[in-house]
Amino acid sequence: MKTAVFRIWRGNAAGGEFRDYETGVSEGMVVLDAIHHIQATEANDLACRWNCKAGKCGSCSAEVNGMPRLMCMTRLSELPLDKPVTVEPIKAFPLLKDLITDVSWNFRVKKKIKKFKPRPPDAPDGTWRMQQEDIDRVQEFRKCIECFLCQDVCHVLRDHRKYDEFIGPRFLIYVAALEMHPLDTEDRLEELRETQGIGYCNITKCCTKVCPESIHITDNAIIPLKERVVDDYYDPLGWLWKKMRRKKGSGGS
Amino acid sequence: MASEVVQLTRRGFGQTMRRDAWWIQPLVVFIVLAGFLVYATWAAFQNKFYAFGNYLSPFYSPLLFSDSPHAWIHGGRPSWIPAFLPFSPALLILPFPAGFRLTCYYYRGAYYKSFWADPPNCAVGEPRASYRGERFLPLVIQNVHRYFLYAALVFLVILSSDAYKAMWFFNRDTGRQNFGIGLGTIVLVVNVILLGGYTLGCHSLRHLVGGYLDQLSRAPARKKTYDCVSCLNRGHMRWAWLSLVWVAFSDVFIRLCAMGIWHDVRLF
Repeated sequence: MKTAVFRIWRGNAAGGEFRDYETGVSEGMVVLDAIHHIQATEANDLACRWNCKAGKCGSCSAEVNGMPRLMCMTRLSELPLDKPVTVEPIKAFPLLKDLITDVSWNFRVKKKIKKFKPRPPDAPDGTWRMQQEDIDRVQEFRKCIECFLCQDVCHVLRDHRKYDEFIGPRFLIYVAALEMHPLDTEDRLEELRETQGIGYCNITKCCTKVCPESIHITDNAIIPLKERVVDDYYDPLGWLWKKMRRKKGSGGS
Repeated sequence: MASEVVQLTRRGFGQTMRRDAWWIQPLVVFIVLAGFLVYATWAAFQNKFYAFGNYLSPFYSPLLFSDSPHAWIHGGRPSWIPAFLPFSPALLILPFPAGFRLTCYYYRGAYYKSFWADPPNCAVGEPRASYRGERFLPLVIQNVHRYFLYAALVFLVILSSDAYKAMWFFNRDTGRQNFGIGLGTIVLVVNVILLGGYTLGCHSLRHLVGGYLDQLSRAPARKKTYDCVSCLNRGHMRWAWLSLVWVAFSDVFIRLCAMGIWHDVRLF
């Protein structure tokens, strides 16, 4: 049977090291299979978070050969097995043990985002009417499985640690899903610019590159939000145009 | 958003566990963009060999002040330009397309990586600990992109007109303009197609034509336009590079023809 060496980070917040484990490799295996095999045979105390093993729960995020990936969706056949495969915890969040990090910062951030505020119901029975084409754009963002790989790879969080000033790509798509929703009436642009730090994004598209759900985070969420911020804060001709239209509208009514 | 939970060791410049040749992409971007910048600057200062017959180099179009028959205002250097400043008609117009590319969302991401290593590539350590992003000066100025878009749309119309004029050749025997296609015509038409694909797929344009609306279904014409721009936008990177290389090649082609080094081939 073919074998491969896995160089896995072992340790906790106080410190740690890479340790090598050799395990058998068979057709169709993913990195998570190898980790489970190592757990079962060589390192019973290896801490690893996982759940669905189908790329839908977002639990097994790690860095495989230096790139943020879901372990359950990374086939060994995609990796060069002639050298040890490195498996590390994601870097943007504090390490708890081995491959597990504390991602609770993300849940605290989410609570601070203004909630969905629909317009009054369209029908007397308290229901709304929406066109599918209006909701299509938002549905892409709803595919997010909250694996936080985009947060991990984003250099604003990973390298510059702007945790107090920037919410990261995951929550920018969350804001986009709310802001672009055809029923929503809330305005989140001031927070987006002031406290959620959309200006920190410098469009490297790394978040899009690592997204296991292939969400076009930068092109379809972040840039459109940046453009909406430009509308409100950086476009004097736009203000003038809006003012004239408003004036014209009020004169007509 | 408490920061006290965050405790990780910052990686130094270029440090990464990535196994792939992550440096190739930023290096190629650096070489191509730097090469373009050097060539375009050199060509803009030349102030000669920018037209050949009915062909006009896109670096010099619109040709505002010149003695060339392509000029909008004949007479060469205008008197209001101070004598100590170098003059070339290209210097008057190139800031607009240059500004459009400089503030383009795609190019921003690309040159932040390759020229400023911010970051050098995804999951690769950076050289600097401090970071201001596009939130503060000077990079907050990137938000001016839509104004350069307006200029780029005007340029697109002018370059389309140049491509059309490149189809009409002067016949010395009859003294009239005859329709024809030369290699230069094809070069200039392809240039307009590529620049059109790039400009009309702009992220700002996508927003302005309908992206700002939450209920596009109420504006069917806008929806259709938004879909078209989105379609081009999906290949924005490809359009950006192809149009950049081709616009430089168009200038090279016309320059070398004007210098007599290359010869234009009249297809019919």
